[in-house]
Amino acid sequence: MIEKKKQGMFRKEYAWRGITVFFGLFVIALTIIIGAFLVYKGSDTFLKFGHSIWEFLGSAEWDPVDSEEGGGSVGALIFITGSLAVCGLALLVATPFSLGSAIFMTQISEKFGGKFYRPVVEIFAGIPSVVYGWTGLTVLVPAIKTVFHRQVGHSVLAAGLVLAVMIFPTITSVSADALTAVPDECRNAAYGLGSTRWQTIWRVVVPAAAPGIITGVILGLARAFGEALAVAMVIGQTTALPSGLFSTTKTLTTEIAAQMGNAMEGGELKSALWTMALLLFLISLLFITLIHQISGRSEKEKGGE
Amino acid sequence: MKKKMLAAFLAVFMVTGLLAGCGGQSSDNGNSSAAAETGSADSDTGSQSGETKDLSGTITAAGSSALKPLVDDAANAFGEEYPDVAITADAGGSGEGLKQVAEGTDDIGNSDVEAREKLDADQPDKLVDHQVCVITMAPIVNNDVKEGGVTDLTKDQLISIFTGQTTNWKDVGGPDEDIVLVTRPTSSGTRATFEKYALDGNEEASNASMETDDSGVLLQNVKDTKGSIGYVALSYLVGDPGVSTVAIDGVEPTLENTYSGDYPVWTYEHMYTNGEPNEVCDAFIKYIMSDQYGAKMESLGYGVSSKMTVTEH
Amino acid sequence: MKERMKRAKRMDRFMTAVFYAVAVFFMVLLAAFAGKVIIGGLMGAKPEMFGFERQGTLGNQLFNTIYLVLAALVCSVPVGVFAGIYLAVYAKQGPLTKFLRICIETLSSLPSIVVGLFGYLVFLVFLGMGKSLLAGALSVSILTLPLLTTTTEDAIRGLPEGYFQASLGLGATKWQSVFHVLLPACVPRIMTGVILAAGRGFGEAAALLYTTGSGSTLRWGNWDITSPTSPLNLLRPAETLSTQIWNLQINGQDPALANLAAAVLMLLVLVFNIAANIWSRRIEAKDSGEKA
Repeated sequence: MIEKKKQGMFRKEYAWRGITVFFGLFVIALTIIIGAFLVYKGSDTFLKFGHSIWEFLGSAEWDPVDSEEGGGSVGALIFITGSLAVCGLALLVATPFSLGSAIFMTQISEKFGGKFYRPVVEIFAGIPSVVYGWTGLTVLVPAIKTVFHRQVGHSVLAAGLVLAVMIFPTITSVSADALTAVPDECRNAAYGLGSTRWQTIWRVVVPAAAPGIITGVILGLARAFGEALAVAMVIGQTTALPSGLFSTTKTLTTEIAAQMGNAMEGGELKSALWTMALLLFLISLLFITLIHQISGRSEKEKGGE
Repeated sequence: MKKKMLAAFLAVFMVTGLLAGCGGQSSDNGNSSAAAETGSADSDTGSQSGETKDLSGTITAAGSSALKPLVDDAANAFGEEYPDVAITADAGGSGEGLKQVAEGTDDIGNSDVEAREKLDADQPDKLVDHQVCVITMAPIVNNDVKEGGVTDLTKDQLISIFTGQTTNWKDVGGPDEDIVLVTRPTSSGTRATFEKYALDGNEEASNASMETDDSGVLLQNVKDTKGSIGYVALSYLVGDPGVSTVAIDGVEPTLENTYSGDYPVWTYEHMYTNGEPNEVCDAFIKYIMSDQYGAKMESLGYGVSSKMTVTEH
Repeated sequence: MKERMKRAKRMDRFMTAVFYAVAVFFMVLLAAFAGKVIIGGLMGAKPEMFGFERQGTLGNQLFNTIYLVLAALVCSVPVGVFAGIYLAVYAKQGPLTKFLRICIETLSSLPSIVVGLFGYLVFLVFLGMGKSLLAGALSVSILTLPLLTTTTEDAIRGLPEGYFQASLGLGATKWQSVFHVLLPACVPRIMTGVILAAGRGFGEAAALLYTTGSGSTLRWGNWDITSPTSPLNLLRPAETLSTQIWNLQINGQDPALANLAAAVLMLLVLVFNIAANIWSRRIEAKDSGEKA
């Protein structure tokens, strides 16, 4: 009887493990397939149209031909710079505010934060980017125009701010989860040693929750990188390198979204756009790896202490 | 309890997976059998009149965003006569529309340009072109430019403005204000038409203009930005758009001037089908091109193809 | 020493004020934003906009949105949660697993238009589904999978090591430990992932453009699931609220309806979040009850 039950238990164990492994491998396979899809589509620029990788990465000369003959130029430097500038700005603005909000809702005013503030923040993750973009276009852009006395309000600044508001919910809720997951013992021990609340938060809770917070930042960054529609409306897409906060420019995603639908299948422009999608994937990969490296190192240091 | 819930969850998931697997077939069957049924029904009851009201099926159209409002409106009117026909019209760009109809995932591909400009070698040969309407592009400016005295531009002035040589409105008789160019992406059909017929093939200055993904946003930008100039199809200007149109060489951009051949910036809008259209698509396209619908079409800002007195530019 | 304590206390008060300021600032910002969208949308609304007609109303789109997001969650939540468990519990720790995890996170940064075109290729061209709600739901699943996998994995890893060890020590198998100990303990965190994922589904437009289409012809009362106008049919084209907003915006013709659709979408997300929060809290309460 017991033997039978045990057998059943083990069978179940294997069955569930099988299912888990299957889905795990499925997600991994999906990632690889999409990656391969991008490589397949994006390699045409180099293989079929004979452009060099350095031209693609290092030149700001963007004039691909919308036909199979090719012969245009495919320098994507403008878009790369634009993406980096806008996302960097968004992250710079959003991270401190998100972290502050997350700390507020989990450590300072738990009741109000958990019951009211947090649901409100989460709602903002569900608003379509079109609405963000449109609000940015009709509120933020005119505001920038009046505040800074400029003829055109579309700018890197506007795009960065819109993106910052967009990624704020993601960073906040994921960080808040990480902060909540820090065991109470840590906090109590810190208080017991006579720390003030701020000291406890800054020296104990935040470092303990760092990996989770970093995940939040990564997810936020990822969302910022992939966002197209909202940015497209407020950045004033101009094919020129940005020269400051107020200049108009383009990002990788806005150019992809703007041209992909109209471009000719198999043409030079379409290939170049796919290459940009691939590049986007690679840039995000680089950033995420970097952030993981940094957080991994700091964790190790902590372990060493 | 929890186990049960999970089991239920999984069951639902599996079923969905199954559906996904069989989905392709069943939908294909559904479509073809529906078409076959209506086809045979028609031949059987050919003698009976008025049976066409029984049309049933789906039409999916995709492509040009400039044509989408028209297709939507026509689908609405068509749907009142044939309630069993479900029509889907998507924007997504002329290139995608042509690709999708060539690959057979859509029934109709809407395009601002001819198929051979956006498709590979022999793909366009399979497609059948239906020139459903004429679309007229008009240069538009912010209202303050018009108040400053700019109501008419010569072609040379337009070229000079859009290529970035003239950068202040005072050089063309307007207020002392920087010119802000608001345009469309290089692959846009609207831009191609405007460059070809209004700018005589001169390329717009990409590095000095703000591009917008669609005409709706372009309109908003021109409305909000002082000293701006852009271009949209007349269909976006019905009602009160809050911007001013500019005449080219003294000719106002109107449908009448397009019909008479005086106003040069126009193009045919194409609806492509893969081979001869099936019965449902055929009825729909005929409906759009009918005289009965023509009046409605003009009220939406599109031109009726049959009224054109010139066929070439 | 005293001086130091005083300084620490002053710092504490100062930082508390800063956090309150940050929270209040964002509350105000979010409230202004929500107020603008919701009030602005409802102000311009006409009663007939709430109908279920083919054009000029948003009833069908509302239904499609809910249906599509539910379908997408049914597909992606089990896959995402199991994959997260795999990565957290079963996968061998090594550079390869680490690399894959990074890949998965990167996946969520792809512009949705690229995922849409990928979905178009796989579901429409290879599987021949046609533009359909199901194809859209599966594409949204792809978009949300990385998010769900990452949050589940993080949630499990965030639990104290003791949970798992104690359970194993009591003779439970790995799976029993996962299912009876780890998973219940991280339901609230997984729920956050689900809410964020649903949020992406609610707001998605670009990916659906190529997979779901903008059909809004529904005949209520037609429950024949194979008919193209039946609301329940998973294989019909379906316009969601966000595609509707996008479509109206590019036409620039019915801003009042677009604004109303945005307001309704926001209220929908609100209701969904509140429901999800209540549900996850109830599970939490029940679990702590079991423990006691």
